[in-house]
Amino acid sequence: MRTALLLLMLLAVAAVPGSLFPQVNVDPSRVAQYIAVHGTAAPWLQRFQVFHVYSSVWFSAVYLLLFISLIGCVLPRVRRHWIALRSAPPSTPRNLSRLPEHREFFAAGAADAVAAVVHTHLRRHRFRVILSTPGDSSSSTGGGRASSSTPVLTLAAERGHLRESGNLVFHLSLVGLLLALAAGSLYSYSGQKLLVEGQSFTGSAPGFDSFTSGAWADIADLPPFALMLQRMDVSFETQQRSQMGQPRRFAADVLLTADAAGNEKKERIEVNHPAKVGATQVSLSGNGYAPVIALRDGSGQLVQEGPVPFLPQTSNYDSTGVVKVPDAVRADGTPEQLGLQGVFLPSATLDPSGRPVSGFPDLGNPVLVMSVYTGDLGLGSGVPQSVYELDTTRLRQVDDGQGRPYVLQLRPGETAVLPDGAGTVTMESVKRFASLDVRSTPGQRAALIFALLAAAGLALSLFIPRRRVWARITGAVGTSEHCRVEVAGLSRGSDSALADEVDRVCAAIPTVAPTAELALLPSPLPQQTPR
Amino acid sequence: MIDEHLAGTSNLLLYSAMASYLLSLIAYAADLAGGGREAKAQQGRGHTAAQLTTSQRRGAQEHASPTGSATTTTLTAPAPPRRRRAAAVGTALFVLAALLHTGSVLTRALSVHRVPWGNMFEFALTGSLVVALGYLVALARAQRAGLGGGRDARYLGTFVAGPVLLTLGLALQRFYVEAAQLVPALDSYWLVIHVFVAILASALSTLGFSATILQLLQTRQQRKDDSGQSRGATFMQALPRPAELEQTAFRLNAIGFVMWTFTLIAGAVWAQVAWNRYWNWDSKEVWTFIIWVVYACYLHARATRGWSGHRAAWLSLLGYACVLFNYLIVNVFFPGLHSYAGV
Ligand code: HEM
Repeated sequence: MRTALLLLMLLAVAAVPGSLFPQVNVDPSRVAQYIAVHGTAAPWLQRFQVFHVYSSVWFSAVYLLLFISLIGCVLPRVRRHWIALRSAPPSTPRNLSRLPEHREFFAAGAADAVAAVVHTHLRRHRFRVILSTPGDSSSSTGGGRASSSTPVLTLAAERGHLRESGNLVFHLSLVGLLLALAAGSLYSYSGQKLLVEGQSFTGSAPGFDSFTSGAWADIADLPPFALMLQRMDVSFETQQRSQMGQPRRFAADVLLTADAAGNEKKERIEVNHPAKVGATQVSLSGNGYAPVIALRDGSGQLVQEGPVPFLPQTSNYDSTGVVKVPDAVRADGTPEQLGLQGVFLPSATLDPSGRPVSGFPDLGNPVLVMSVYTGDLGLGSGVPQSVYELDTTRLRQVDDGQGRPYVLQLRPGETAVLPDGAGTVTMESVKRFASLDVRSTPGQRAALIFALLAAAGLALSLFIPRRRVWARITGAVGTSEHCRVEVAGLSRGSDSALADEVDRVCAAIPTVAPTAELALLPSPLPQQTPR
Repeated sequence: MIDEHLAGTSNLLLYSAMASYLLSLIAYAADLAGGGREAKAQQGRGHTAAQLTTSQRRGAQEHASPTGSATTTTLTAPAPPRRRRAAAVGTALFVLAALLHTGSVLTRALSVHRVPWGNMFEFALTGSLVVALGYLVALARAQRAGLGGGRDARYLGTFVAGPVLLTLGLALQRFYVEAAQLVPALDSYWLVIHVFVAILASALSTLGFSATILQLLQTRQQRKDDSGQSRGATFMQALPRPAELEQTAFRLNAIGFVMWTFTLIAGAVWAQVAWNRYWNWDSKEVWTFIIWVVYACYLHARATRGWSGHRAAWLSLLGYACVLFNYLIVNVFFPGLHSYAGV
């Protein structure tokens, strides 16, 4: 028990750093940012795996040791409990008055009749009861010491084996839960996809923007499905002043093709209503705007046309995005790479310092603000690049001819002419996009079942009292009018209601007031027992 | 749509409830002080308060059951229970406060047409109501079991009215938000289940915490009494013995622990629906897990030789510290998926 306690405490302590440091599995970009900021400490922190605490060697060591200790602890208890379940209640102790609860009084009726009453009462209260009459060999404890002329009947009763059963179910279910979690991480896979209204994708590994899978996941197993985003339905609070701009509805209307026959099915994916494709779940993890941008280069060639997703950075959807054009041609025919970087503001206003910002998350006054770069986009370097960032190290910002950086500002339908005849940029319209998260986590049902089993076992083990009750009845059998009764109780663990239980047993027995005559009835034991 | 008029009524009721809690707190504190003085006087006649309550309890039992045993009949007749006028006033005011508080929660819920636990303010508002009602239920049960002696649970009043008042004050000061509709992320029936269980768990942990604090204070007091230097606060002498307080604290913490277990399970199920994965070590998940493990430590410690009683009690205090940390610090300062809880 002491080892278990220690390891449990260690587990609690070990879980803390994972909430203090950014975690790779939760938010990789914050980890990268943290490492960049904390130059000297970061390598040490990385060495101690604080950026993935819950898969680190030391955290795993703690919980594995805990579970080894748990199994080592619980298995012997399962065996002992199995034996206890099938054995009779323990025989009556000699001296009942030493037990935590003890009553002694005179009852009306013959000893056997009283014993029958007690027996029935205990049975009705879910006790297992053994009744020993003077003839029984098993009644030797205590009974043998009474004077031979007065028979002694004893009842031994026990209830609450469910307490230990519950405890064992609880601990074993934790093992099951751990296995289910492990299976989940080994066999799971997930992919993320950003989809603009009107676009579609197929649910295969290369179809995703990013894809990760567990060590034993079979990616070929991905269920074949195609998904088309018809419309992203979004609304924000516009009435209540203090809640202005709070999100009120995010819903993606999609067409889902999940069966081999190619039947399309309309689905509405909302934040708390994912879609299901077999065991795979598709959920809506984000949304934003994708201005449709057309770019003609200096030669008049249309080199980019289509929606460009801008990632929201604030609750008012100030969004950032880039356009990369590696194969533009200048008016004079020389090839040139163009890069645009800027923000999209769905409801543009000016902040107090005069900077354009978005004042509301919905489309009120959409404005696209971008700077233009030329030079080397760095696409040929072989290093994979994010489509949402522009690497400006080998780019030159285009100026407006008077030494100031050129900045274009567009509303839907407007066109900007770039300086030096580099071309034109048009924002044709604004679409919305949905970020979808597709994930399969096998073993989740098993995890839920084990967790519920654990909870049920826990409740039994905490709230079912394990009690033993004994009664010893001294008096003539058959026609006698009264007898002497002793009732005593004992609990395993803390049990504040034991006294009530013993009182209930006593209350079931008809009593008589003690008289001088009754006091002559022999007590089964000498009263003077050393305490 | 939001019924702003009803939301205003809710706030008004809340202020009235707080005033009533405050008066109740004062009355309860006066009762404790009075009880302490009386216990001191008894002590002068050779009784300690602890003995007094034990004998009263035994006496009450003997009256309740027709079967006084040979050993208990030798005890003296029960001393007449102390008349506790201040406690009665405290309880009456507490009931009034709880009614106003209930009205506040109900009107808040009606004003937004949903369960009143969609943000931290509402969580505190409803959670403290559960604490208050839990105390009243305990009182009612004690009353049915027979007032007088150690079974009178009104000694807890001060230690319930105080935290409830503190919670409400803090919630109004720091977390107040106007009644409003839910953001889509919270708009789920799992909010009803998961957060309600979390409220129950927090409330039980709070009550368990109060009982544990009393237990520890009383243990210290008793040690002082035993060594003959009884100089602690007089009101302590009106409280039950440490063992009885330990029992009370254990039951509260045990039910609380089961509730935390269900909070974790319901949270995981909701996470699977909302975020597509049932467990991702989000900072709120981490801390709820830590709370759960610490309370598991507490339960284990109670069964470990050398750890039961006093030392285990400290673990339950640590558990409650984690509950507070999870609510006050993690919600506000830690980034994570739970942080839209609308501070
Ligand atoms: C994952 C780790 C564990 C957790 C979360 C855990 C949790 C719990 C909880 C909550 C209880 C209270 C239920 C009750 O009182 O009946 C309990 C009881 C118990 N646990 Fe564990 N436990 C763990 C590991 C272990 C290990 C490794 C051992 C073996 C040494 C162990 C032995 C026991 C025993 C003997 C009890 C019964 C205590 C009593 O009689 O009250 N547990 N455990």
